[in-house]
Amino acid sequence: MHPAFSVIFLTTLIGAGQGLFLALITGQSYSALKLLPSQDSTDFYGMGAVIVLLLLIGGLIASFFHLGHPERAWRSAAMWRTSWLSREVIALPTLMGLVFVYGVMQFMGWDTVLFTSAAGANLQLTMIVGIVGALATFALFLCTGMIYACLKFLQEWHSPLTVINYTLLGTASGFILATAFANHNAPELMNFFGIWAIIITLAAFITRAASLMRNSRIKAKSTMQTALGVRHNKIQQKAMGFMGGSVNTRDFFNHASVLMMRNMKWIFIVLAFIIPLITLWYGMSQADTSWLLAAFLIQYVGLIAERWFFFAQANHPQNLYYQTV
Amino acid sequence: MTQLALIIDLNVCVGCHACVTSCKEWNTSGSAGFMTDENPYGKDPTGTFFNRVQTYEIGEFPSTETLHFPKSCLHCEDPPCVPVCPTGASYKRKEDGIVLVDYDKCIGCRYCSWACPYGAREIDEKQKVMKKCTLCVDRIYDEELPESERKPACVLACPTNARLFGDVHDSESEVSSTIREEGGYQLMPEWGTKPANHYLPRRKTRMHIHEDELQRADNPLKKEERGPRAPVDAPTLDDSTSW
Repeated sequence: MHPAFSVIFLTTLIGAGQGLFLALITGQSYSALKLLPSQDSTDFYGMGAVIVLLLLIGGLIASFFHLGHPERAWRSAAMWRTSWLSREVIALPTLMGLVFVYGVMQFMGWDTVLFTSAAGANLQLTMIVGIVGALATFALFLCTGMIYACLKFLQEWHSPLTVINYTLLGTASGFILATAFANHNAPELMNFFGIWAIIITLAAFITRAASLMRNSRIKAKSTMQTALGVRHNKIQQKAMGFMGGSVNTRDFFNHASVLMMRNMKWIFIVLAFIIPLITLWYGMSQADTSWLLAAFLIQYVGLIAERWFFFAQANHPQNLYYQTV
Repeated sequence: MTQLALIIDLNVCVGCHACVTSCKEWNTSGSAGFMTDENPYGKDPTGTFFNRVQTYEIGEFPSTETLHFPKSCLHCEDPPCVPVCPTGASYKRKEDGIVLVDYDKCIGCRYCSWACPYGAREIDEKQKVMKKCTLCVDRIYDEELPESERKPACVLACPTNARLFGDVHDSESEVSSTIREEGGYQLMPEWGTKPANHYLPRRKTRMHIHEDELQRADNPLKKEERGPRAPVDAPTLDDSTSW
């Protein structure tokens, strides 16, 4: 498939936003259980929600560049019964709404304690909104991943690993951002987020490597024989029916050299996993926000490369019909 | 239930592209608007087509065979492109099984074209909506036309009659009996899309001559030889017998 930058930015930006929101809610639930010191609602949770919202809005704007008719985008919520894309279109604004409400409640201090356990743990109003938001975050990860995983003849995508990778890579990105953000606004939480960021990044590395291994040994179900219905081992295309190319030749081929494909795989492994982990570890040991932020930004570049590779690697069966001009 | 479809006979298709041009001519003039053409007379012409004819070579020289392969939307009975559409612009008609796109609802997200294993959907790069074969839905029901012309433009244009049009759910129809009797098959059956369009294979007429047909054991020449005769100077029966 041809990697579309609108979709690459959409999935990486909302992934980071979702991950950061999960990090905030994780931090808040730990402090509700008195496992972590509680934080200032405005400086930490409120500002965090603002960053989450900005990332989600950025992703939403990027997604519009993928549409031929963005003015009709409202229609795309209609087919949620059958279409994962439609479900994503519902899940994204729902999450944005919940993050907005969560942020406003944190800024305004509308945070009554609903329930206090015998051990002294408080259940606050924002926690309820946060947990609903976290569920929406996971629902959005599921929708985004399933958009690709549900297409059964794109065999590279048709796997639960697609959903798992979208979830873990987004969460890793968000937790690294949370580490940098915590170092600046709530230094005592920096190590907490940093350790989680390392664990999630390593988990993402394992599942992404698993999908790379799975994809390297895929045997294509469709062949020239099934595409044409001719039983002969040697079939060669002589003409595709036109000379100047078409959507079929532009949208479905990655137009990348073998060298670029091979390099991009190592580029994303290094930029999305190895360098961010080293930078993150160094930033944590120095408690230096700029190093932690650098870890996030390097990983973000790596995730763009990862998403590019994700699209470029998928081999659409229609390509069988378009091999020679 | 009705399922309209095309049957394409690869045995007689000569690859003349008459179906391609007649399709474009009819559909670019329709109420749904033009079909984009970029650089039609320049370098690298490109544009939207509902139908393409491709050419393949089967085998290795000297035993090769040319296959001309017309390719358009197959109007699958279980179309993977329809459920993925987020707006419902892509739909399959209950009454005749034609898969259509509502150009006023399509947001041009291209997701349905990803979901079609055949590459039958092409986005119109000017109008930014997804387009595909409609089986000339604006023609086949047009009562202004004489009944013999209520067929897709490609079917009418084909000079070798390689394209048949009809209801594949009606077992008595011409298309159904052709599929049954001429070995009609579907493309990429492995995805379970159940394409309504069928293709008829190349069918070769071969003469089989066996050895014993050339050299017959009961060679008639032997029988047709003149029978044995008495020498001319030998006395005949008339010489020795009085009747």
